[in-house]
Amino acid sequence: MALRDDPLNALTTRDGRASVLPGGIAAWIPALFLGTLAAGAFLPLALFAGGSGPGELLPDPVVWRSLRFTLYQAVLSTALSLVAAVPVATALYEFQRFPGRSLVLRLFALPLALPQIVAVLAITGLYGERGVISLAVENAGLDFPPVYGLTGILIAHVFFNMPLAVRIVLGGMSSMPDEYDRLSHQLAMGPASRFRLVLWPFIRPALFSAGSLIFMLCVTSFTVVLTLGGGPRATTLEVAIYQALAFDFDPGRAVLLALLQVLVTAAAFAALTRAGGEISSGMTLGTLRSYPVRSSAALRTGAVLLIATGTLFVLLPFVIIIWRGLAAEIADLLGQQSVRDAIATSLLLGAGAAMLAVVLAYLLASSLASAAARRRFSGTQSASERLLGQTGSLILVVPPVVIAAGWFILIRQVASPYAAAHAMVVTVNAAMAVPFALRLLLPAAMTETERYGRLSRQLGLRGLARLRIVTWPLARRALLLAFAFSMALSLGDLGVIAIFGSQDVQTLPYLILQRMGSYRTQDAAGLALILSIIIAALMIVADRGSASQTARKTSRRTVGDRKPT
Amino acid sequence: MTGSSPQIVCDGLRFGYDPRNPDMHFDCVFPAGRITTLIGPSGSGKSTLLNLVAGFESPLEGRVLFGETDMTATPVSDRPVSMIFQENNLFAHLSVFDNVALGISSGLRLAPSQRATVEEALQSVELAGFGVRRPAELSGGERQRVALARVIVRSRPVLLLDEAFASLGPALRRDMLELLIRIQRQRAMTTVMVTHFPSDARFAASQAVFVSGGQVLATGSAETLLDPERTVPEIRAYLGGSGGA
Repeated sequence: MALRDDPLNALTTRDGRASVLPGGIAAWIPALFLGTLAAGAFLPLALFAGGSGPGELLPDPVVWRSLRFTLYQAVLSTALSLVAAVPVATALYEFQRFPGRSLVLRLFALPLALPQIVAVLAITGLYGERGVISLAVENAGLDFPPVYGLTGILIAHVFFNMPLAVRIVLGGMSSMPDEYDRLSHQLAMGPASRFRLVLWPFIRPALFSAGSLIFMLCVTSFTVVLTLGGGPRATTLEVAIYQALAFDFDPGRAVLLALLQVLVTAAAFAALTRAGGEISSGMTLGTLRSYPVRSSAALRTGAVLLIATGTLFVLLPFVIIIWRGLAAEIADLLGQQSVRDAIATSLLLGAGAAMLAVVLAYLLASSLASAAARRRFSGTQSASERLLGQTGSLILVVPPVVIAAGWFILIRQVASPYAAAHAMVVTVNAAMAVPFALRLLLPAAMTETERYGRLSRQLGLRGLARLRIVTWPLARRALLLAFAFSMALSLGDLGVIAIFGSQDVQTLPYLILQRMGSYRTQDAAGLALILSIIIAALMIVADRGSASQTARKTSRRTVGDRKPT
Repeated sequence: MTGSSPQIVCDGLRFGYDPRNPDMHFDCVFPAGRITTLIGPSGSGKSTLLNLVAGFESPLEGRVLFGETDMTATPVSDRPVSMIFQENNLFAHLSVFDNVALGISSGLRLAPSQRATVEEALQSVELAGFGVRRPAELSGGERQRVALARVIVRSRPVLLLDEAFASLGPALRRDMLELLIRIQRQRAMTTVMVTHFPSDARFAASQAVFVSGGQVLATGSAETLLDPERTVPEIRAYLGGSGGA
């Protein structure tokens, strides 16, 4: 524990100096924090070094089976998501005047914010035994494969990632110069030529980054596989780590699995970086043309069908969450002490994690911004700046479950790990949110430094004064947005709490998992609705923030391009 | 269609980027087979007027006539128009040859004789042998010459240029204008050219249309309209110190 407390103390005591030395000590506080947290995953290795360690477990069939399945399901999930995303994205791009187009795009942003455990409940409700869709398929005289196992895992992963891929591909297409769009219409290109010659060159790189991102997300998918797979035939490395700790208590195997997981995610992350992808891409979309173009009725019908199918696939799980949730005894649930405790714990831990994530991400962002400002004239990034930029992404290479497992084994040597549940959930969930928060805060930090960095230094504005007078007014929206997003992410997480949770410390996702495990599906559905409502409230706050940011951007463009000056 | 270029009439066009506030109002004629320059302060609506003619914007009221034909509702691809933008006229991922060839076949399926046509067009803009290159390997002036080569193979009777040479240096701009004039004379295309260089306008155009605040303020011969001594006060104010530039 002492190890982890250090950087936290450093954070508070050195906060004042942080602004005095932009890119100096402050920069390394989040780096040190995240580094220490991640190191916890590897320290248990030392405990086993020399002894009856992971080496003896190398021939363990469980290890190799879960490695194989991890890669297999990730490749399949990625391929299916991309194959489904290209036609939907193309239809959405080409059919600008599709009514409700912006609603569809908003809907496609939602799965990422939906807790995986809630999505799993929805998917079993739709595609499971006597599910709405599986019943419909069976009534049509066809077989629907059982949802538990690979089928369910793939459906869940496509539900989460197809909309993400659509948004990334659309983002790629909107990076196309406006003139290309105009030219291709003026040159009277048919749909096939237009796709091949104009759209595809912009779709292809977006597919690379979307694909590597989705692969990364699926390789570290924990909740979906835990709940829909989990049998010997459908277990991933992370779920096997959890099982090794929770059921078999085999720390040696857990450590070996964790090591393999880190190797796999490191390779996936390297691919992601090479593909130019970003963990938080797909969060923004450009605006697009609208002028009369000739398209045949057949093409329009095809586009409508594609968009409708994609929309239904993404929308139905949300519908069933509300439907099944309302059928549950919500009032009765809210009367239960365990539920109220879980809500309180979730909110408390989520808020703590979000606060920590925002502080860490802003320190990182302002350090990166001032480093960028300093090299305005020298040009190239220094090695330390690159390293700093990468630390925010450390959590992607060393996933939460791996960190949690490492610390669980470590703490167990000296105390009861369950007593550390609060601290572990807050710190690991904060680390999880840092890459997203960083992405949201970086533009604000860049603006702050570029516009007022030198002025603030000249006026001697530092520490809290600079925070209050310069930073807060400028970055308030971004900070609130990052907080809401981080909290939503933490509220939905099951990875850390699955390992550290107990009768004494339970969050909402943990409680849902328990009720599912004891076949109280009604309760689980009600709890899922409660969790979704809390997160929806947070996302509305976040959406307001980002909406007004977009509005500002648009008005600036309008002024630049159109209004007489 | 070469040789029978239409005059273009903007008849009571009303337009606004916010449809509730149509703050632009255009009435003007671009004479057949001539080069007309469209000048005016930045943000005055020059590009908007050009986009209305090309079909990239739709007027809220009024008509766009090509000769006798009402083209107001005609889709972009069906108008007899070629347009050159300030940049991004070439698809960066296609070769110079393919970029020109798109003017003949939008699916890039060319007969041997059509391939020869592309080569000839490249030759006539002094870019023979550049066909295999990518746009990124060309200078800004060369890229605009490729765009002109595509105009040649497309042989549409109307040519619109939206500050097509604005990012080039003065000497290069003069070369490009000479090339433009040569191509225009051979085909007698009805040409409308937006520029913010009065000297370019005087050099290349016979007619001038002055736009300010979303309105056509004056039309006439380029020589008279752009002469600080003889013109209307608004244009004199616009020309200001740059009148002789």
